[in-house]
Amino acid sequence: MKELICITCPKGCHLKVDEETFAVTGNSCPRGAVYGANELRSPVRVVTSTVVVEGPARRLPVKTDRPIPKGKMFAVMEEIAKLRVKAPVAVGDILIPNVAGTDGNVVATKNLQ
Amino acid sequence: MTKHELVVIGGGPAGLAAALAAWEQGVRDILILERDKEAGGILNQCIHNGFGLHRFKEELTGPEYAGRFIDLVKQTDIRIRTDTMVLDLTADRILHTVSPQHGYEAIQAGAVILAMGCRERTRGAISIPGARCSGIFTAGAAQRFLNIEGYMVGKRVVILGSGDIGLIMARRMTLEGAKVLACVELMPYSGGLNRNIVQCLHDFDIPLYLSHTVTDIRGRDRLEQVVVSEVDERRNPIPGTEMVFDCDTLLLSVGLLPENELSRQAGIEIDPRTNGPVVWENRETSIPGVFACGNVLHVHDLVDYVSAESESAGAAAAAYLQGIRAEGEEVRLIPGSGVGYTVPQHFHRGVENVEIFFRVRNIYHNAAIRVTDGEKQIARFKREHMAPGEMENVRIPKVLLDRIAGNTLTVEIEEAAQ
Ligand SMILES: Cc1cc2nc3c(=O)[nH]c(=O)nc-3n(C[C@H](O)[C@H](O)[C@H](O)COP(=O)(O)OP(=O)(O)OC[C@H]3O[C@@H](n4cnc5c(N)ncnc54)[C@H](O)[C@@H]3O)c2cc1C
Ligand code: SF4
Repeated sequence: MKELICITCPKGCHLKVDEETFAVTGNSCPRGAVYGANELRSPVRVVTSTVVVEGPARRLPVKTDRPIPKGKMFAVMEEIAKLRVKAPVAVGDILIPNVAGTDGNVVATKNLQ
Repeated sequence: MTKHELVVIGGGPAGLAAALAAWEQGVRDILILERDKEAGGILNQCIHNGFGLHRFKEELTGPEYAGRFIDLVKQTDIRIRTDTMVLDLTADRILHTVSPQHGYEAIQAGAVILAMGCRERTRGAISIPGARCSGIFTAGAAQRFLNIEGYMVGKRVVILGSGDIGLIMARRMTLEGAKVLACVELMPYSGGLNRNIVQCLHDFDIPLYLSHTVTDIRGRDRLEQVVVSEVDERRNPIPGTEMVFDCDTLLLSVGLLPENELSRQAGIEIDPRTNGPVVWENRETSIPGVFACGNVLHVHDLVDYVSAESESAGAAAAAYLQGIRAEGEEVRLIPGSGVGYTVPQHFHRGVENVEIFFRVRNIYHNAAIRVTDGEKQIARFKREHMAPGEMENVRIPKVLLDRIAGNTLTVEIEEAAQ
């Protein structure tokens, strides 16, 4: 049994996950069961950061539009660091598709006029 | 002097939600005053995700959450005046403001909503010994530098305090290439959310030292070393436990303080427990027609609760402007054993129901929240887990409120029997 804390929501349930069957106990909702099993098989995280703006505003906040493999977080950060954007950008605009070979996209989280 | 029906001080999530609720209740002349260049408040620098799970049933980043409310405000005739600082508020609801556009201006408001948020405790507020060198920042200031201005404040970092902002910054600076050596917490438990300990510290193998504190700061111009010691149960450093960290940056995440200079100037009664105004169940302060919500009232960890609280304050301000007055005898809420404070601090007898927000003083497992009227138990709520870092709330329905005979209601924690 592996003990984990669910990070899916602020409640932070204490989960127990069976290493062979990936059965989860201790979760207060179904999302905890999905998280617990994934965390043992292939953990994933959403990455958020900012990118350089060419113009008066200095930074534009961005995120991956879905959780990407935990081991790829720094590779994703490297690609984000290379990016330069210009106005206009709208919330949800895809700035880097399939970032670092994951199936996640880097999207804007703020409007830039 | 210009006149407006409703003036909201602060354009963060609290001010935006309160203004929208007042608009929905029919108030048409609403002005939001915000000292920053844009609305959104602290959320603009909180680029991480974790906002809005209750509210929107999806996980948003801070700017996205603020953006949704700003979009809703844009669909109304609510005006947001940015770059405008409120300098003074009087008991008869006159606001003195300055802005580059309008210069000095006095505004008479029919009703006022206080939504100024909070600010961080600094080194002075907790008196850390040692050298006065550069390289010491509050975690929120470092967050603003990095996420808004685009500057990294250092390369080798120690964080004092395990509040959420410190934890979030540990991850953020690590991802940007800094080395975070340690997170140091005075208390035997963390003040942050469990999920942030996991995804901000464990994910990056950053050690968390509980029951430890910074006992010396060394450096000539820039910070060079911090000394960390273990503390005993009375929080006194234990000699011989010193660890020295070579670092150029110390981030302080040692708590937030509601920003109530304006409230004090107006003569609003402040609760020493929350450092925010004393309010009724409708978030009205001791001055009629002045309401308070969000972090200026008490420090919230979840913005969803800020929005909900602010909507009731906005609706109450609208009712006030329509001439409706909350009436009834006063019933005071008393924080009993294990409870740090309550919001509201009092309510009117006869109200529909009362939702009480509070923080516990300790970590509890399988405990219960008891609400009592003298010796008589009015309600009891079981909780598997409670911690000071997580705001609690209970709702007392009218049927139970009607059983209260006295003028006080006590909220206390009943610990599990061993
Ligand atoms: C760093 C950090 C991380 C957080 N992380 C999370 C999270 O992951 N999930 C979550 O749900 N919640 C999180 N929170 C909590 C949530 O963001 C806050 O509770 C919420 O933003 C508070 O809203 P507010 O409107 O009360 O205050 P604020 O957002 O601080 O807004 C107050 C506004 O009032 C303005 N103001 C103040 N004084 C004046 C004046 N005199 N004149 C004019 N304007 C004035 C300020 O400029 C500011 O814009 C976090 C908070 C912080 C600080
Ligand atoms: S199991 Fe469900 S309720 Fe518990 S932390 Fe995970 S998502 Fe939240």
